[in-house]
Amino acid sequence: MIEKKVKIVNNAGLHTRPAATIVKLAAKYKSDFFLNKDGLHINGKSIIGVMTLAAEKGSEIVLTFDGADEEQAAQEIVDYFNRGFDEM
Amino acid sequence: MNTKTNILKGIAAAPGIAIAEAFLYKKEKEEISSDVISDVDDALVNLDNALAQSKKELRKIFSLAVDKLGEKRAAIFEAQIMILDDPVLISSIKDRISSEKRLPEYIVEDEISKYTSIMSLSHEVYMKERSHDIEDIKNRIIKNLKKKKWTSKISDDVIVVTSNISPSDTVLFSRVNVKGYVTDFGGLTSHAAIVARSLNIPAVVGLHDATNKINERDKIIIDGFHGLVIINPDNEQLQEYHERIKRLSKYDEELYKIRELPALTTDGKEIEMLANLDVSDEMSFIIHNCAKGIGLVRTEQLFEEYEEFPDEERQYEVYSKIAEQVYPGIVTIRAFDIGGDKVLPVDLHEPNPMLGWRGIRLLLDNPHLFKTQIRAVLRASTHKNVKFMLPMIASLNEVQDSKKLIDECKKELHQENKRYDKNISLGIMIEVPSAALMIKEFSEEIDFLSIGTNDLIQYMLAVDRGNDIVSKQYQEFHPSVVRTIQYIISEGKKYNTNVSMCGEMAADPFAVPLLLGLGLETLSVSASAIPSLKKIIRSLNYADLIKLAEDCLKLKTEYEINKSIHEFFNNKIQDQIKNLY
Repeated sequence: MIEKKVKIVNNAGLHTRPAATIVKLAAKYKSDFFLNKDGLHINGKSIIGVMTLAAEKGSEIVLTFDGADEEQAAQEIVDYFNRGFDEM
Repeated sequence: MNTKTNILKGIAAAPGIAIAEAFLYKKEKEEISSDVISDVDDALVNLDNALAQSKKELRKIFSLAVDKLGEKRAAIFEAQIMILDDPVLISSIKDRISSEKRLPEYIVEDEISKYTSIMSLSHEVYMKERSHDIEDIKNRIIKNLKKKKWTSKISDDVIVVTSNISPSDTVLFSRVNVKGYVTDFGGLTSHAAIVARSLNIPAVVGLHDATNKINERDKIIIDGFHGLVIINPDNEQLQEYHERIKRLSKYDEELYKIRELPALTTDGKEIEMLANLDVSDEMSFIIHNCAKGIGLVRTEQLFEEYEEFPDEERQYEVYSKIAEQVYPGIVTIRAFDIGGDKVLPVDLHEPNPMLGWRGIRLLLDNPHLFKTQIRAVLRASTHKNVKFMLPMIASLNEVQDSKKLIDECKKELHQENKRYDKNISLGIMIEVPSAALMIKEFSEEIDFLSIGTNDLIQYMLAVDRGNDIVSKQYQEFHPSVVRTIQYIISEGKKYNTNVSMCGEMAADPFAVPLLLGLGLETLSVSASAIPSLKKIIRSLNYADLIKLAEDCLKLKTEYEINKSIHEFFNNKIQDQIKNLY
């Protein structure tokens, strides 16, 4: 299992569009993917779950990846967070 | 007539008059039954069918929305469609139906409400709104589980009365011939208002309790000019409005006849009429009203559409589309005027935002954000019909610093082999009194000036225009305001710098004669105001206007100036125009 801490860096935070992109990215991989924030444990393959995470700019989220392709999944998704969801 | 008790007053969100039956659009809560079921398989099939049906409906709405509202606003529906395929949500609903053996509607309600209740706890307005979207999809699934039709049988030719209007409602309503919109909530920028304006349907919003006062099938009159709704009008009111409609349509015909003609006074002075652009959807309307170009694109609107800082590519797409559509006309793009009372995506609480971090101040403190916009505007300028304008300028160094950034962007684009107009015109808004007093110095740095009356007045008179308590002190025609406008115009002429006006005053039929008399030659107003202003200008004599302005410059109080411009309007402007307002 891989665990990575990421920070929300874009101004608008994790809103609908990045939520949809994250779920689409996660769907490409077999590995389980979860987002943990403030005691919430959200399955990253669930759009409604990811939309529920009120993650504004500056908040930190712990991502976990578990499965055969966890490394590739972690790389692509963490990278997307670090790019500020391409909104920087 | 305003003393009658059947009149409700709200915000005039889209002009026009209609008389029709009320259609009360209520989203009544579905009764949810938690009955135990005997056939689990049957329930699961029912669920699958309801999900498939919901998906079908949303796809239809999505494609309609792309057509009517543009791709950006349609994106919410894409997320709704994804929820119907959400593996976690759907499998937990199915598991619970199998284990608890209760009706799917109960499980769907319970399961999705877990998410919406977390979201509605959020302090972020944005999250609360998203919870409405998810509520929307929940109700759609439940309706389909009960095999009820989602769209109420809305008939043609009604005035829709509703508490609030969701994006999906507006899209659905636009398919039938709705005569008008009346809502309890919402302001000028609500969905109902924007869509109504772009479809040319009268709308009155923000009435608070219209849905309680108006009954289904009541006959109502909607007056989108004055923000009035009349319930079950008496004969006198009906007659009055029927006559108004008649006059309006006759007037419309006349306006249509002059649409290709210039805004020329009877003694041959031509006034340039430009349009203000709020949302890209209004484009066809602008072309229809024959504006010579766009005097102001309010780019901060992009935040509302994208709900985030749009990147360079997205901005480039929007700006170049506008520039292409309006070509060979000119388009003036104003840099983001964020902060103050305008949308600011960053959570920031200033004790006095109108005197705080807004307009050019915010842009220069965020050079990365500013450069993104400058690059997008430059790239959209390849047809040489784009101008760029800076908001809230108070000092010369703000212009000089901006020009440095513009030069940097030009250099970068040159290195990247990207095309742009090397001689793109740069202008500033004159809305801070300090800038109004330095036209000579600014003229050496820039190519044009645009007077923003709303802010100029509030900064000159130290009155917050949004504050009811001091609203009487907000005097549009305060002698100092009129004299300052005159000073800006004459200084602009002296130093060969074009002056236009894009504030609300420029669209006020009572103010226009005075403004033209003060020497203003370019007006930028909302597209819908252009035909009637043109009609007014075509009935005026320029020499009279100069006389009016000279007189007003000598007056000492707003009361006298107001009286004088109203008298002028009553004496000089043809009766048929007067009666419309």
